Amino acid sequence: MRLRSLVAAAAVTALGISLAACGGSDSGDSSGGSSGGDQTLTYWASNQGTSLDNDKEVLTPVLQKFTQETGIKVNLEVIGWNDLQTRIQTAITSGQAPDVVNIGNTWAASLQATDAFLPFDGEAMDAIGGKDKFVPTALATGGKEGTDPTSVPLYGLAYGMYYNKAMFAAAGLQPPKTWEEMVAAAKKLTNPAKNQYGMALAAGSYTENVHFAFINAAQNGADWFDKDGKPTFTGDGQVQGVLRYLDLMQKDKVANPSNAQYDNGTKSVNDFATKKVAMIINQNNANSSIAANGMKSSEYGVVPFPAPADAANQTASHVAGINLSIFKNTKNKDAALKFVKFMTDPGTQATLGKPFASLPVLKDAKPVFTDNAEEAATFQDIYNTKSKPLPLVPAEDQYESTVGKAMNAMFAKIATGGTVTADEVKAALKTAEDQVAASS
Amino acid sequence: MSVATTDAPADAAKPARSRRAGPERRPGLSRWLPYLLLAPAVLLELLIHIIPMLVGIWMSFVKLTKFYIANWSAAPWAGLGNYKVAVDFDNAVGEGLLKSFGVTIAFSLITVALSWTLGMAAAVALQPPFRGRSWVRTLFLVPYALPAYAGILTWNFMLQRDTGIVNHILVDNLGLASDRPFWLLGGNALVSLITVAVWKLWTFAFLTLMAGLQSIPRDVYEAAAVDGAGNLRQWRNITLPSLRPVNLVLVLVLFLWTFSDFNTPYVLFGTAQPPAGDLITFHIYNASFLTWNFGSGAAMSVLLLIFLMIVTGIYLFVTGRRSRRA
Amino acid sequence: MRETKGFKIYRGVMLAVLGLFVLIPLYVMITSSLKPLADVQGAFTWWPSNLTVEPFVEMWKTVPLARYFVNSTIVSVAATVFSVAIAILAAFAVSRFRFRGRTVFTTTVLSTQMFPGVLFLLPLFLIFVNINNSVGVQLVGTRLGLIITYLTFSLPFSIWMLAGYFDSIPRELDEAALVDGCGPMGALGRVVLPAARPGVIAVAIYSFMTAWGEVLFASVMTTEANRTLSVGLRQYSTQTNVYWNQIMAAALVVSIPVVIGFLLAQRHFVAGVTAGAVK
Repeated sequence: MRLRSLVAAAAVTALGISLAACGGSDSGDSSGGSSGGDQTLTYWASNQGTSLDNDKEVLTPVLQKFTQETGIKVNLEVIGWNDLQTRIQTAITSGQAPDVVNIGNTWAASLQATDAFLPFDGEAMDAIGGKDKFVPTALATGGKEGTDPTSVPLYGLAYGMYYNKAMFAAAGLQPPKTWEEMVAAAKKLTNPAKNQYGMALAAGSYTENVHFAFINAAQNGADWFDKDGKPTFTGDGQVQGVLRYLDLMQKDKVANPSNAQYDNGTKSVNDFATKKVAMIINQNNANSSIAANGMKSSEYGVVPFPAPADAANQTASHVAGINLSIFKNTKNKDAALKFVKFMTDPGTQATLGKPFASLPVLKDAKPVFTDNAEEAATFQDIYNTKSKPLPLVPAEDQYESTVGKAMNAMFAKIATGGTVTADEVKAALKTAEDQVAASS
Repeated sequence: MSVATTDAPADAAKPARSRRAGPERRPGLSRWLPYLLLAPAVLLELLIHIIPMLVGIWMSFVKLTKFYIANWSAAPWAGLGNYKVAVDFDNAVGEGLLKSFGVTIAFSLITVALSWTLGMAAAVALQPPFRGRSWVRTLFLVPYALPAYAGILTWNFMLQRDTGIVNHILVDNLGLASDRPFWLLGGNALVSLITVAVWKLWTFAFLTLMAGLQSIPRDVYEAAAVDGAGNLRQWRNITLPSLRPVNLVLVLVLFLWTFSDFNTPYVLFGTAQPPAGDLITFHIYNASFLTWNFGSGAAMSVLLLIFLMIVTGIYLFVTGRRSRRA
Repeated sequence: MRETKGFKIYRGVMLAVLGLFVLIPLYVMITSSLKPLADVQGAFTWWPSNLTVEPFVEMWKTVPLARYFVNSTIVSVAATVFSVAIAILAAFAVSRFRFRGRTVFTTTVLSTQMFPGVLFLLPLFLIFVNINNSVGVQLVGTRLGLIITYLTFSLPFSIWMLAGYFDSIPRELDEAALVDGCGPMGALGRVVLPAARPGVIAVAIYSFMTAWGEVLFASVMTTEANRTLSVGLRQYSTQTNVYWNQIMAAALVVSIPVVIGFLLAQRHFVAGVTAGAVK
């Protein structure tokens, strides 16, 4: 009988079609710009710390400080990487967007192409403190060359080669300076019979994979797009660069085939932190994960990701990191600019650098993400002098997904006992190139 | 519960009811009452299904790439351009779609066949009462009751190469292989996908067939037994024909569900989906959201919809004709 | 069927094989949820190295699971109640009246089951945004938006199932109610609904399960404010660790209400599904 009356009541309501009356409107807080004088910014932050809640804990006092200084309230939502891209897409599509958003800096040129973001032209740039305060390579990731950037750097990251000091000492090894030395060291530390490997690779993560395709090709002096933004994936430098990285598992066998299943960087970092492997190549935000898994910063060293002895150049990383963008349709442009200025001022950078393990994006700032001075100096040197931005073209996002996924598939083939030749790499890259060409 | 004997689902929609009862006796009201009763359903269907669908079809005819998604009205008309790219199998995009389509066909056919077989096998095994029958039945229904993502996540954990139970049993306990196989990449990914899908689906087949079996009177079997028919013959001559109307609907429903299954590949593989696990809805999702080409994604979806409609139409036509002949 | 020896062997084998197939994942889920993190990161073991309930404690902290639980509950319950109510009205119309557009309605509604979700995901999002801009009802990022979406998802199958069920109820019963002076709605409330109780329960369970388990639309339509469990569970793979033991614990906890509800009402579900399906 209870069921019947419940259903009957619901039926009556339904007939009235007053659907709006069924509650739920209590949570309309995440909407876009609020109107008029009510100064509340909506800010979407990416996941930088150990969990979404951890990010919130770290950011909340910082945002409170901003509110105290300016009277502008900030509505924070931390979004995991799984969801961030989709959320930004739907925000762009619908115009129902936050005021300020974090983006992976590699997406900058792609997102710029949507025309949904505020360009930091002369005036806007001055409002946030002028372009001269930023590290030039970091600011270069903000958008296509020769245009006003639509994003500015917030957290800097760079790849470094982490090595376990004790394991290296036990094997009588020195930190490698060239690719060849790295492979030799890794081989010495590998013993498949004991399930022991020199390195761990995030070989199932297409974003990690594409970064290494990029860096290795850069070391060969090769670019993935020509001056007109057309994809050029099949050159010798690209093919050999990709193959060199694949060979860590295929020819040199210094990585566990299981790594083909590592679909994010966390898993390889875990292997390193729990001392299953002696080396990883990872961005410096690995530090917080390493520490969380109980490894002290004195137990490992970092050197630049080494290039082959005969390399065309010594690129050791792409300019990695997180940028900050303002949605063009914001109703709080001035407040948003103030917020960007605040987030990129030296004080805030110093506060956030440690918990998020990020490098400063400001010229004169010192890295605070580690208590290990040597490591800090190494990463800052990589970031400031040995990094190259990923292709700053609108099709960058497709480059990441097509080339990255092609590498996933090739690693899978190697892991399951197959071999991948240079010709097959070339064919796979050709397919990726066609896909990018077809949809741009 | 009484069970009528018409066949296909569409038949539920056919009018042809001769015995009309009371409600129509008040002509004034009864003319408007049905529409009033349908109004909420119609409005919601329009809002959530029909209108978005039409917008989706429109999207398939425009060049809706990242250059235009912030400002739809500026997107140039693409005509059949998106469709041409999708079905140009010499081109990387069309080739990818074709492969994904092939994988999906294989996946659906095998999954439906296995689910139906297991469901039937279990329903028959549980047909005669025995002690503990209701417990077994309850247990068998758990995979269906479990939220899809919870079950799939568990399978993902089980199928890990180094830490999963599957390899532990196969390699460590049974020693069937010396090298640990991968289950979530390479060709095995399809096997895993099918296993997980069958695990969720067979119990629905079981549940439906079991209910169908209950409506077959016992004395039919008894009569056949008197005639000397063995169990296998009874199954072929009595069970199978009696379940025909159930089977017709069941197989169609299973097929439509598996063919447009999104959850299984999405939760099982995440961003690292291998080519052998590239089911079509997931493929389209990636084509839309990963490459930001929503026009092209919409065109692929429309093609998928047309395909499903044709298959369903043929299925209903063929089965409808056959049952009339029978 | 007679219980010959052959049949008994067949039954034994089937029960063993299918029982294992069903049970092993459940076993893994339960035991892994009681393992320390180191156990689930190493090689699989049949039994925890030491039994711990820590994952069940920690899981509420790693991810704001409680909030997602509340969201999922509100969304699913509301979607179910409205879906059932609306389906009853529509099914009653379809089953008891003959009117112009009836076939169009039933065929259209049923064919929406074939629409691939990816096709109308983005348009639906846009329509919600437009509703917000023009009418001011916030549908994106709210529970209301999810409720409306999910209740519509289960509607076609529910209407179809209930119409089948109503058809199986003799019209003479309606007749009697009308003679007693009830209107058609009275006949629905006093005669048809009570007789169709199993069908209604079946439809309710179906709607609830649809809403509780939906992933695709939740991944796009939810924000922190209305995130549901289906999306929330993914957050256990954080930047630091993949907490498999907590994932299993959480999966278990979010499954329990649905599984228990379903198993308690399974009889009705079976009856309801078949009435619709066999009809």
